[in-house]
Amino acid sequence: MSTRSASVAEPVLRLRGVRRAFGEHVVLDGIDLDVAAHEVVALVGASGSGKSTLLRTINLIERIDDGEILLRGQDVSDPRVDADDVRARIGVVFQHYNLFPHLSVLDNVTLASRLVHRVPRAEAERQGLELLASIGLADFARAFPDRLSGGQQQRAAIVRAIATGPELLLLDEVTSALDPELVGEVLALVRSLADGGTTIVMATHEMAFAREVADRVVFLDAGRIIEDAPARQFFEAPREERTREFLARFLAD
Amino acid sequence: MTETTDARDSATAWRPSAIELERRAFRKRQTGRSVLVSALSTIVLAGLLAWALIGSPGWAQVQQTFFDPTVALASLPRILEGLWLNIQVLVAASIGVVVFALVLATLRTLRGPVFFPLRALAAGYTDLFRGVPLIIVLYLIGYGVPGLDFFPRMPVAFWGTIALILTYSAYVSEVFRAGIEAVHPSQRLAARSLGLSHGQTMRRIVLPQAFRKVTPALMNDFVAMQKDVGLISVLGAVDAVRAAQIETAHYFNFTPYVVAGLLFVLLAWPMIRLTDWVSARTRAREQVGSIV
Ligand SMILES: Nc1ncnc2c1ncn2[C@@H]1O[C@H](COP(=O)(O)OP(=O)(O)OP(=O)(O)O)[C@@H](O)[C@H]1O
Ligand SMILES: [Mg+2]
Repeated sequence: MSTRSASVAEPVLRLRGVRRAFGEHVVLDGIDLDVAAHEVVALVGASGSGKSTLLRTINLIERIDDGEILLRGQDVSDPRVDADDVRARIGVVFQHYNLFPHLSVLDNVTLASRLVHRVPRAEAERQGLELLASIGLADFARAFPDRLSGGQQQRAAIVRAIATGPELLLLDEVTSALDPELVGEVLALVRSLADGGTTIVMATHEMAFAREVADRVVFLDAGRIIEDAPARQFFEAPREERTREFLARFLAD
Repeated sequence: MTETTDARDSATAWRPSAIELERRAFRKRQTGRSVLVSALSTIVLAGLLAWALIGSPGWAQVQQTFFDPTVALASLPRILEGLWLNIQVLVAASIGVVVFALVLATLRTLRGPVFFPLRALAAGYTDLFRGVPLIIVLYLIGYGVPGLDFFPRMPVAFWGTIALILTYSAYVSEVFRAGIEAVHPSQRLAARSLGLSHGQTMRRIVLPQAFRKVTPALMNDFVAMQKDVGLISVLGAVDAVRAAQIETAHYFNFTPYVVAGLLFVLLAWPMIRLTDWVSARTRAREQVGSIV
């Protein structure tokens, strides 16, 4: 278990009463959540509990019906806020189809730096190559994504998401589309980012990984936060009956 | 990390085994054999065709009126001059079509109620112009628009080019739209998540992928248009077809038409080859090759 302390007063992310419904179906039902700087929060819950929807609302890909999303104190759910600016401050990695197939791996990694942050190409590529080298993919910089294995692609996608130094990294089940033997390398990269102090909110089905890497685990059920506890406590002494049921089902599998 | 260095070390140490060498020799023999077989069958087929054609009772007559070498040679300069006009029109029309078709396709893929009028307009336009025969558009634009006395006087080839752009943009915009919609939505999502604007996402992510997906269809339309530039002759523009018509009347012989036809084929051919090559290359680059 990690022992990073969240000492910064203002949370990087603060959700207040976030609600989202599709027609009659309330997918997020009043979510309150604070994420401090350098904190790693794991979102767990059954399929359909709203994890992906929650991550998408934070990134302003999904509109919310009520509540507030504060990024370093700024209400980014205000429609007057430029969503592109907000998205540029947040890194996101999805389950699959992350990389752009028509761009080289290096171009994938440097795209946002060059287009959004206006970093000169040479400078962006220097940083990009450094990042790719740090995950052992320097040799694939000029290759197209299809040359990479699934695990390598996901690692490149994660590196792309952090290339611009986002304030917050959102990971949505980044390993669930991968073959089991490729999961480890991706989780290792996430672990090293967490150890490096990146603020992360990740939806995951990897309970062992959540327990090892996350500072806090948040259990979502039918769009509500049922339990929000330090990782060790969450797994060893969950307070809520429904959490226990959820964990029991997971252990049974 | 070690994965790549390992691969390199083993690559330098590796020598093909005896089995592999034998397989390669076999494949080489196979290739040689298939080249031989295809060459032979081509020669046999061509021979049969020539024999049937030349052996037919009317051949001498047909040869004289359609394949007279002296007429061909005499009419060539004029027809080439005409073809130069076709090429100019073709280049101008192609550029116009790509630009206008992209605008139409983009309008049709806009979401949101604000854009309804634009969307409907673009949809109506493509429906209309895909329905009307090109020759009618040519007449309407070529004779109708100058009649308005609103625009400065322009050569007929100009109006012919406009008519081609109007008609072909309708087809090509549909091709573009299909390509845009074939790009997986998560690509758009990933781009927007990186902070790219709608326009940047369209230009850098969606359109390049859409283009690749529809290259064969686009080139097909281009080749079709390459032939249809010959239709500007109906407006009186002296292009290759019109030149051939004049020469035909002059020599009382249809050979100039055949010459013009062959020139059009020659014009289209490199483009057709290029299409094949380009799409094969992008395919090879973007999906790792498998044998089947
Ligand atoms: N655009 C949408 N329109 C309608 N319903 C939606 C939409 N997006 C999500 N939902 C619904 O919201 C619910 C939550 O979906 P979500 O993808 O957030 O779940 P999840 O917790 O990420 O599940 P999983 O673990 O399977 O990824 C689901 O019932 C889903 O059907
Ligand atoms: Mg999900």
